[in-house]
Amino acid sequence: MALIEASGIDKIYRLGDFELHALDKVSTVIDKGEFVAVMGPSGSGKSTFMNVLGCLDKPTAGHYFLEGTDVGGLDRDELASIRNKKLGFVFQGFNLLARTSAVENVELPMLYDGLAAKERRSRAMDALKSVGLEGREGHHPNQLSGGQQQRVAIARALVNSAPIILADEPTGNLDTKTSIEIMELFVRLNTESNITVIVVTHEPDIATYSKRIIKFLDGRIISDTHQEGGP
Amino acid sequence: MINIPSTVKISLRALRVNKMRSALTMLGIIIGVGAVIAMLAVGTGASMQIAAQISSMGSNLLIILPGATTSGGVRMGSGTQPTLTMADAEAIQRESPAVSDVAPVLSGVAQAVFGHQNWSTGVQGTTPGMLNVRDWELSSGRPFTDQDVKSATKVCLLGQTVVDNLFGDDNPVGQVIRIKSVPFVVIGVLAEKGQSPNGQDQDDTIYIPVTTAQKKLFGTSFPGMVRIIMVKARSAEDLGPAEKQINELIRQRHHIGQKQENDFTVRNLTQVMQAAEQSTKVMTLLLGAIASVSLLVGGIGIMNIMLVSVTERTREIGIRMAIGAKTWDIRLQFIIEALTLSLTGGVIGIIFGVSGSKIIAMVAGWTTVVSPLSIVMAFGFSGLVGIFFGFYPAYKASLLDPIEALRYE
Repeated sequence: MALIEASGIDKIYRLGDFELHALDKVSTVIDKGEFVAVMGPSGSGKSTFMNVLGCLDKPTAGHYFLEGTDVGGLDRDELASIRNKKLGFVFQGFNLLARTSAVENVELPMLYDGLAAKERRSRAMDALKSVGLEGREGHHPNQLSGGQQQRVAIARALVNSAPIILADEPTGNLDTKTSIEIMELFVRLNTESNITVIVVTHEPDIATYSKRIIKFLDGRIISDTHQEGGP
Repeated sequence: MINIPSTVKISLRALRVNKMRSALTMLGIIIGVGAVIAMLAVGTGASMQIAAQISSMGSNLLIILPGATTSGGVRMGSGTQPTLTMADAEAIQRESPAVSDVAPVLSGVAQAVFGHQNWSTGVQGTTPGMLNVRDWELSSGRPFTDQDVKSATKVCLLGQTVVDNLFGDDNPVGQVIRIKSVPFVVIGVLAEKGQSPNGQDQDDTIYIPVTTAQKKLFGTSFPGMVRIIMVKARSAEDLGPAEKQINELIRQRHHIGQKQENDFTVRNLTQVMQAAEQSTKVMTLLLGAIASVSLLVGGIGIMNIMLVSVTERTREIGIRMAIGAKTWDIRLQFIIEALTLSLTGGVIGIIFGVSGSKIIAMVAGWTTVVSPLSIVMAFGFSGLVGIFFGFYPAYKASLLDPIEALRYE
């Protein structure tokens, strides 16, 4: 059973009489432990595809199976629960809660999973340690550098032991050196913890860290190539 | 499963971030709750004062007044014809089952003298039943008895005001005072009663046996004549039957024919006072209702601020949703925020309301009574306001599209 199976996914936005095919019969399979880069120019449908994979958006037609479950039939709260337990999000703009310490940001997913405060705290501390932020637990996002903020976001994505991390332009706001550090962190999580990482990027340099590149154009997959991972 | 303590913590943090805004939003509720409590305290105080006056007058009280004289078509006011007698009073006591006590009264104003103090006051000739009729206790000494009435002894009971004016701080019991130069032995002092509903000092009075009044002080041409008869019914329910029985009995005794008018009037004072009490209660409700409007306005203020807050924090809501917050996680977060605002405002409002009503009592000299019920109600009501006006913003927040919310700048 594939971890992710997309079959014939259409996403159509209706703008008055005009129909925009953001995704046009996209089918693909991603297995556990893969490191996939999703590439394409803006407007190619890669972000829409990520939103569908992230259970933030529902396809207009077609089926998306996540660990064999057809996500299309789930309601709002069931989707929230899947996002909570199976998916970790890393965004370009970090999307941490302001005025909230690093450790409390990392605790959030567990809060919505109903874990006790004590367990939340100890797991959040462990997650922060694993991304190399030991000693920064009490810092607020505005006291952390961009790279550190992105590490907090990655810790937040990891903390519920989600099998999949979805990263949307994770290095878009970071300098080259920090970008390399973050991508190496993803590689480590992929190889050491067998976490499936899907990264959306438009930078070829970033894509070289992946083992597979899916290219989008006009809502369709135009190429799907495997490569030997990492420089 | 929703984690309430953590949700509360999140809500409190959000409120702390905007301290000024939270405080101003609360102000609406503070004023509303404070106003409700203070207004109810004023109203409750007024109706309790009236209730106290009713009971000081004596409960279940009927007063029988002599009727009006008609001479040559000119009808004089009620009480102008001396028609009531001791015998009428005794007949009521004897024959009306709804009546528990009867006190005929023959009164007048007279000068009382003790040593070189003198005091002009109302002197009431009556029977021992009077103390029961008026629910009046003695603070010292003994009441006069049927024997005193029968033999018209020269004994008297003094009201506190009379004691204060004639004796100062001395004990009057056993002393002899002169009323219209007639010596009377003081045998007791009436407990202090305060003002009557129409503002008279009820303690400015002297009670003497009715026979003594007739024979020694206010001698009349009609033997056995009394000015009024006061009657106490057995209970509030007996007031109606008592009134009817007395009417029938006295009409019969006075030989009043079917088509003739009564030569006496029975007045139900309690009824009059209860009407007054009723109108104060209506007044209290009215005051409370007006004050509630400000509470309502405070609630709308909460809704307003919560709507602004939801818009400002769209991105935060998006992050929470992406991470796995469910519909009710988001709703509860905002409802608890609203509830915290309204309940905190409610508690502060209660403090303001209670101290406000104390200040009103001090400055205006009104009796104000803060009932525990009004505090519980105000607190509960402010909670309801929070939930009611917090729900819509919370509902709106929970329906945001996570993708749109994450994109919100």
